[in-house]
Parts: sequence; C-alpha cells; structure tokens
Amino acid sequence: MAKTMGPVRRAFAPWDDPLAEPLIRFERISKRFGDFTAIDDVSLDIYEREFFALLGPSGCGKTTLMRMLAGFETPSEGRILLDGEDISAIPPHRRPVNMMFQSYALFPHMNVADNIAFGLKQDNLPKTDIAACVEEMLSLVKLEPFAKRKPDQLSGGQRQRVALARSLAKRPKVLLLDEPLGALDKKLREETQFELMDIQEKLGMTFLIVTHDQEEAMTVADRIAVMNEGTFEQIAPPSVIYEEPSSRYVAGFIGDINLLEGTLATSLDKAPTFASPDLPAPVTVEAEGLASGPVALAVRPEKLRIALDEPADDPAMAKVSGRVWDIAYMGDVSIFHVRLSDEVCEGQPKDDSVPIIRATIANTTRLVERPIAWDDKVWLSWDKSAGVVLTR
Amino acid sequence: MNQRMSWFNVTSLTFGFAFLYLPILILIIYSFNDSRLVTVWGGFSTRWYGELFQNEGIMDAAWVTARVAFVSATIATILGTMAAIVLVRLGRFRGRTLFNGMIYAPLVMPEVITGLSLLLLFVAMGFARGFWTVVIAHITFSMCYVAVVVQSRLITFDESLEEAAQDLGCPPGRSFFAITLPVILPAVLAGWMLAFTLSLDDLVIASFATGPGATTLPIKIYSQIRLGVTPEINAVCTILIALVALGIITASLASKHRMMRARRTVG
Repeated sequence: MAKTMGPVRRAFAPWDDPLAEPLIRFERISKRFGDFTAIDDVSLDIYEREFFALLGPSGCGKTTLMRMLAGFETPSEGRILLDGEDISAIPPHRRPVNMMFQSYALFPHMNVADNIAFGLKQDNLPKTDIAACVEEMLSLVKLEPFAKRKPDQLSGGQRQRVALARSLAKRPKVLLLDEPLGALDKKLREETQFELMDIQEKLGMTFLIVTHDQEEAMTVADRIAVMNEGTFEQIAPPSVIYEEPSSRYVAGFIGDINLLEGTLATSLDKAPTFASPDLPAPVTVEAEGLASGPVALAVRPEKLRIALDEPADDPAMAKVSGRVWDIAYMGDVSIFHVRLSDEVCEGQPKDDSVPIIRATIANTTRLVERPIAWDDKVWLSWDKSAGVVLTR
Repeated sequence: MNQRMSWFNVTSLTFGFAFLYLPILILIIYSFNDSRLVTVWGGFSTRWYGELFQNEGIMDAAWVTARVAFVSATIATILGTMAAIVLVRLGRFRGRTLFNGMIYAPLVMPEVITGLSLLLLFVAMGFARGFWTVVIAHITFSMCYVAVVVQSRLITFDESLEEAAQDLGCPPGRSFFAITLPVILPAVLAGWMLAFTLSLDDLVIASFATGPGATTLPIKIYSQIRLGVTPEINAVCTILIALVALGIITASLASKHRMMRARRTVG
C-alpha cells in the first residue's frame, strides 16, 4: 500500500529530471492583503501524477496558494501556468481544477447522488453518462447504499467521501484538497490517508493537499513543501525532509528532534567537530562543504543509543554523557530525557540552563524491570551521520 | 431545573397568558353571539359569519388587503434579499454604514412619520393614490424586516458552498440560484411571511397612502367600529386569527419535522 515500496514508485521522481515539463508552475508568486504579505515571491513546479503536500502552520499562506490555483484568489505578482498555459485570467468555473473544501461544502439541499452529479450537469453531459459516472464515483468511495441520503443524514467520514467523490467526478487535471481529513478522528484519518493514496494511484491524477499535520503530509505525499510565513523552507520528498532538514524551522516542524546550538570547526586534516556550551566536549559531525561558524546540530531521538557504560571510542560515533531526568514508557518505545550534566537530577530546578536530550528507544524485549532508572548516569551515542548540521 | 412550579410562577404565568389571550378569547366567543349587541350574550350562532360573506364592503376590503399584502410582500422579499446579500457579501464598500443604517431606519421610525412622508411624496410627485401607493408604502417598511431576517441567515451561510459550485463549473450568477437561494430559502420565506402579515394588519401607513377604491381591511374595520362594533367585525377578526394561527402552526411543524430528520443521522 505504501507507495515508496513498489519499484514503479521508486522510479517516480520527475522533479529530478531536467527535461520533465511541470503540470503546474507557480512563477514568482506574491500575494499581499493590504500591508500584509501572505505569500512572498515563491516559485514551485508540480508534476503530473504527483501527490504534492503544502505543509505549514496556520497563517503560513498555504491555503492562499491553493486558492490561487482554484481561482478564488488572484496573485498580486507572478503567474500560474497549468499545462504551460497562463490561467491567471480564467475564472474558477472554467478551470480544469477541482477542490475538496475543508468544510466539505456539500450542498445540503441535494442528496449524495445529486451532489456528485452537480459538476457533471454543468457540462451538459447526457443523462446516461452522468448516471454512469455517479455510479462509478459512489463505488469508488464505497457509498452506493447512501446515494439517496441528504448530507445531514451522513456521518463525518461519509461526508468526507461524498466531498471527495464530488471533486473527483469531473476528472480534473489537478485535485486540490484543503485540510481534507482535519475533521476526522485519528483512526479514521489514518485509514483515509491510505485510501486517498490508493485513489490517486488508481486514477493517475495529480493531487495537491494542504495540511498542517506533518504526519499526514509524510504519509500521503511524494513531495512536501514546508511553508513558513509566506515562503518555502524546503521542497523535498518526505524522507529527505525528515532526514536532511534544510533549516532549524523544518527540523523542528517535522517530527521530534534534539536541537543543540553551537559552532562548527572545520580544518583540512581533521574531521569537523561541533562544539557547544551545552556539551561537555566537542563531538565529531559530518559537515561536507560547510565552513566554520555558528550552526545547530540536530539529532532525531530515535537515532540515539543509550548505555550505562561509556562506549568505546569510535571515529564514526559521537557520544555524550548525562543523567536520566525522566523516563516515559509508551509501550512500543520508551522516551528517556537525559540531562547533559553529571549532577544528580534530584532537587535540580527544571529550567533551560542545562539542556535535556530526548532519546527514543524501542522496547524490543519484554522487560518488566528497566535496567536504566532515574538519575542513572548514562551515555548517549549516535552515528555521526545521524547528526544534521543546520546553518539556517 | 426540573423543580415543581411554585405558586408564584403559576400565578404570574396565569396572569400573563390571561393578559395576552383573554381579549382574543372574548372576541372569538362573541363572534358566535346571536345577539346584535356586542356585549350581551344571546345564544350560540354562526349567523354573523354568514352575513359577513354577504357584506360587500368588508369582502372587497379583504380582497384588496390580500392583494396588497401578496404583491408588497413579494416585491419586499426580492428587494430585502438583495439588500441583505449586498450587506453581507460585499464587505466594506463606500457608504456601507450609511446603507446599513438606512435599511434599519424604518424599523424604528414611527409609523405616522413614515406614512406622512410617503403621503407628501405621492402628492408631490402627482401619484394618484390607490392600490399601488399602498403597495409601495408597504414595500418601503416591510423590506427592512425581510433584509434583517435574510441577513441573519446569510451570515451563517458557508460561502465555500457557492465557491464549491463555481469550482465545479457553475458560473457565479447561476450558482446563486442553484445553491445559495435554496439553502437560504426558509429565511426568505420567513421574510415573506413577515412582510405579508405586516402588510395585512397595517392601519397607520395604509390610511396615509390609500385612496379611493383601495380600502384595506384594517381601514375598513377601523372606520366601522367608529360607528359601533358589530358582531361581523368579531367574525372577521376570528377568521384572521384562525388564518394566522394556522400559518404559525404549519411553520413550526415544518421546522420541527426538519429538525427530526436532521437528528436521524445514521453513523
């Protein structure tokens, strides 16, 4: 089910192909509302059959960017190309783009079948074609028994499916999804994410999703654009966003991360090292092509190993010692909060003067008694390639 | 919450309802009075209802009133709905506050002043006073009620509904009639009902704006009771009360039915 598993999907990376023509091109788009700049000179290419996610906190401009593609907002500067054609002057009802609204925007006075048929009726298609298409859409979203129901007689999940079917019925060149799963509970949301991916693959359509939920973006998207205050922080596939974040902002926004501020020291004959007032001693890092200067070192909690004894010196590993401040047992994993100080934690104030590093350790064996307890002196170590040096 | 009612509550409730409905009840009872004297009970009879339908003056007035109410309510609904849309949808435009204030002004304006100013206008413009002047006068003051009712519904209307219609290929004008109007229709109909009843029972403004051949029922009733209340008037009023009650009961049943259906959501 996961698209990265199949060999076909692995090869799908048109963004790396310099000859590939993008389906959608945002060209130096800016949008200002009065004095407020919602979108600040951004450019973006999205390719056919891509599942693209715009990810960011509320107010970062992601929805505005999507609404520009639908035609509900006009850019203050720049142009939008669809299939090589400038669509800036085309009104929403003539654009070959359909949108699934955050509120679903189902027509309350029409039943499910009429809602799905609405877009098809606008094209004056023959009645039999419309009926056939509605049938197909109903079966695609598994809502055949509910065709005659009104929206207010459906559950949240069913409404979401109707909205999806309605926006897919016209086979748009691009389907826009504005926070499509925001109103669903967690379990249903996860199921629906996989269904969305299946449908996208089955229909071979281009999907553009707007979301503030990083897990959702990671699950469904081929590529993610992380947005912050009207600009793109990073545009990359999920694994790159997660493993090689380009900035402190992206690192902090996606998943859990330990971020240490310090300085990078590089020299020609030695491995680069990272020194920080938070660390008792400098640690070696991978920092190819970077110059010495102030940086941040980011390490994901699950990349850390924890041990009671000091690991042997290894040029490929970095290590640091501290005392266990807190242990959170989550069932599948335990999260250790390690205070980077040799002082006993008991009685220490909880403040930011001494950094605390989180390490997520998988509970691979069924241990009733934990070998590591509160206030134990422990060693955290990580493969130095797991630490990402961030200059921005 | 579910306390038993204290004697104080019972008394105040009884007095309150009596104050509201006793006069109407007496009027209804006396409409079935056989005696010509309004205040003396002469036995049960429906003769005044029979005579009422023979009374051409009252029947004409009733017909005029119905026509005035229908035409003015319809036009007021169209104009009031348009005003509401402009106020809710167009956002801030030059003179919006003024327009908003002017929409609400007739709600608080004393009827005498509205009536008098309309009369002056009609005289100044040389309009022959009659059916249409009454209609115009009624549109003027009932339009704002419609605007208020429709406006409150439009504020809660999810505009993405209309956007969705456009997104699916429906041009802006058509999407209003295909989506917005059906959704706000209950409010528009409520506005129409309100305008209709306001027109039906208006005496003050109509008496300023009316002319020969356009005597409405309230004017007729008022002029007749100056000559003494006849049981026929009681009969007319009873019929009016019955009509209004019927309308209210139908409307509340309809909305109850809609709520019941909405609650029958299947998971």
